[in-house]
Amino acid sequence: MNATTTQAGPNHARRVIVAWIVLSLILTPIVAIFLGPHIPPGNGSEQASEQTAANTVITAIVTPVICLLLVFFLYTLTQFRKPRGAALPDGPPLREQRTVQLLWVVLTSATVLFLAGYGTYELLQNGSGGGQGPSPVAVPSGHKLQVQVIAQQWEFTYRYPSYDGLETSQLVIPADTLIEFHVTSLDAVHSFWAYQLGIKADANPGVDNVAYLKTKGPRTFSVHCAELCGLWHGYMFSQGKVVSASDFAAWVQQQQQIFSAVKQYMPAYANVYYPDPQRRAG
Amino acid sequence: MRRLLGFNLLTAIVLGIAGWYIGWYAAHAIVGPSIAYFADVDYNELSIVLAYLGGVIGFLIGLGFLNYPFARLRGYPPSLREKETEGIGRYFGLCTDHKVVGIQYLVGIGVFIFVGGINAMLIRIELLSPTHQVFPAGTYLTIVGIHGTMMMGMMTSGILGPFGNYLIPILIGARRMAFPRIEALTFWLLMAGGVILETTVFFGGFPTGWTGYAPLNTQSNPGMDCYIIFFALVGVSMTLLGLNMIATIVTMRAPGLTWTRLPIFVWGVLTTAILMVLAAPVLIAALSMALLDRTIQTSFYIPSAGGSSYLYENLFWFFGHPEVYILALPGFAIVLEILPVFARKPLWGYRLAVAGLLGVTLLSFFVWQHHLFVSGINGDLRPFYMLSTELISIPTGFTFLCGMMTLWRGQIRYSVPMLFCLAWFFNFLIGGLTGVFLSDVPSDVTTHGSFFSMAHFHYTLMGGLVFTFFAAIYYWVPKMTGFQLNERMGKIHFWWMFIAFNSTFLPLFAAGFLGQPRRVVTYSESLHFINVWVSVSAFALGLAQVFFLVNLVNSLVFKRVPAPADPWGSKSIEWQLPSPVPVYNFTKIPVFSGDPYGYGEAGGPVAVPAGAPAGRD
Repeated sequence: MNATTTQAGPNHARRVIVAWIVLSLILTPIVAIFLGPHIPPGNGSEQASEQTAANTVITAIVTPVICLLLVFFLYTLTQFRKPRGAALPDGPPLREQRTVQLLWVVLTSATVLFLAGYGTYELLQNGSGGGQGPSPVAVPSGHKLQVQVIAQQWEFTYRYPSYDGLETSQLVIPADTLIEFHVTSLDAVHSFWAYQLGIKADANPGVDNVAYLKTKGPRTFSVHCAELCGLWHGYMFSQGKVVSASDFAAWVQQQQQIFSAVKQYMPAYANVYYPDPQRRAG
Repeated sequence: MRRLLGFNLLTAIVLGIAGWYIGWYAAHAIVGPSIAYFADVDYNELSIVLAYLGGVIGFLIGLGFLNYPFARLRGYPPSLREKETEGIGRYFGLCTDHKVVGIQYLVGIGVFIFVGGINAMLIRIELLSPTHQVFPAGTYLTIVGIHGTMMMGMMTSGILGPFGNYLIPILIGARRMAFPRIEALTFWLLMAGGVILETTVFFGGFPTGWTGYAPLNTQSNPGMDCYIIFFALVGVSMTLLGLNMIATIVTMRAPGLTWTRLPIFVWGVLTTAILMVLAAPVLIAALSMALLDRTIQTSFYIPSAGGSSYLYENLFWFFGHPEVYILALPGFAIVLEILPVFARKPLWGYRLAVAGLLGVTLLSFFVWQHHLFVSGINGDLRPFYMLSTELISIPTGFTFLCGMMTLWRGQIRYSVPMLFCLAWFFNFLIGGLTGVFLSDVPSDVTTHGSFFSMAHFHYTLMGGLVFTFFAAIYYWVPKMTGFQLNERMGKIHFWWMFIAFNSTFLPLFAAGFLGQPRRVVTYSESLHFINVWVSVSAFALGLAQVFFLVNLVNSLVFKRVPAPADPWGSKSIEWQLPSPVPVYNFTKIPVFSGDPYGYGEAGGPVAVPAGAPAGRD
């Protein structure tokens, strides 16, 4: 900023930069330590915790950016006002300052590359709870309980292939278990969103969309459809439960008893289903 | 009498309705004998599509778009009707004067944006209560769909239509656009489209929102056809508008106006036009396939017959993401164009600013799958799309830096256009930084499809584009009409709108983070307070626009104050011409010797139009 410093009068640039650094040094830790843990989606599962961590990191990184613009504009808009009167004096004809440009490009690029690198690292660990399609790349190791999520207008049903294709209308999963969701649809595009668990995966007809979840302790959670799917999209939500392993076993047994009577009428279990070619079913 | 029966808006409407019925009956002749077929259980999709196509063709014939080619075919000199240069009548018909088209665009688009805004108010009325239904669920989705589609369709041309058409020839020292009849066509196509989208209410509306995802769109009401035809017409209009702009800017610049002397607004228009030309045809293709799926039972998007819902998502967002930069780039350009005038400093870092615009243009074609992070498509490509999306913040940052350094040590005046431009920094900062959350896959899993993303794009589109749209109105309308807009009312409008806007959309980030999905008719009881707060703020935001209209009508009709040639003390060429600009702009083509930002540098305005008509003051 040579052009600035050679001018007589206060060193505006130094004031702004010092104020920015001081403000950032104060605010960034406050945001990261006190606000961060409260950013949704919370700690309902390992994936949710990771998303909260990601949100905290991003919030901490954008805080200095906000501080910079705040300080800059507060200073500029108050210090460089045109004096009252009809005269229209011109400002200094600064057309380019190479150092400033270079500094800016380096700083923004470094921030962006760090964010992309961090996001990729988090994503590749276990998919971060997002739908990865039929051939997932980020697969956590360990024994997985498969649960199929079948979306249709306008409800979700769940199938447990390891329990003889048991099908229920409520999602109940065991605690501290790795779950492999297979999300598919019977008609339009839906999106399976278990908010507190940090899981979101689109349900496309004829597509097997896989997402991984590592549950924590027992809790309830809500399931929403997050993709506009027609008339009753707004009502396509339900409650699910994470329960202890013994409760889960009991629940499965109970459901299988209820279920045995209608079992023979169910279609065979499959990874994908195709919509009825009859149009305008909705 | 001849004026009334000639080719004007009246004949256009009459022929449009006639064409509609011709198409309607033609389709029934093709697919079934009964005219009452529509009332049957199954709808006759083809009749609606052909009816609207016939309507559009009749409308264009009625406006006189075929007069010129027919006259030339028959060997006669073309009708001079469209060259009429005086009178209010030229605003209500086909006119090839670029300044008339600009004002037609401003009024026409303004009307439809107002309609879209009323839809937004209806949405917020519905969301006042988590459970009580003001509108039936289907009506609510149609309102949401019309709001989104209307705003997206109309605002794509929101800057290039009015201000691009009006200003580009003047700024580059030309007398007209490269293709004046195409210029007029783009406007009338858009108007026909806007009416067609509104008529969706007579056919049951459409439940898909502005994205129109397949296969939901193949199973929807015939109102879906109105959406498809509207958006396809917008696509045609955009493509032609973009081609016209590129041709004009590349070939018709006055002597001396090199690429490094172009006003930054012209660069913004040029880059936007490039995006339009490359992106809009993909939209037309995507919608055409949807139309074929609906009418003649093809299966592009029907998975059970070999199609794919991913195909539509890919094509739509390949258009859709450049589309949001079509909306954002003109805003960047307006901010950078207006700041030097009110900071009394040259535009800082001209080349960096241009590089920023070009960088956004290039990168915006490589990011579209960030809309599909959780869709299950190309799971292994997500790191790439995450990177490319975050890279866009670098060229966007150039715009910020150039704007901020232009303000630095300037002589800042807080006129109304300047206030709207300064608000852009605040709004786009929030819009951009929340975009970082959405571009990060782990974070996007929570925010995708929630009110968070909805608030994000309202910050970038409304906070980014609509604010600069108003900056452009307050800045250039005195030049376009010859009358000043009331400064005090303008300032009230600004503060009212700025506060109401932030009060509306900031809480929606919280609503999204707390788990409210988009486009829902009902929501969790715990989010009641946020939604009521947002609704009340949204009503205030709507009233601010009514206040703006009062100011506009008051200043232009009732309390007219003639505008001087250069009310802002700008050095740009349009302000060296009288207000309003005479019909052929220049008596002699000007010769440029520099860029329009020479504040604080020796000499007067750089580009003095040789022999230009003297200004009023």
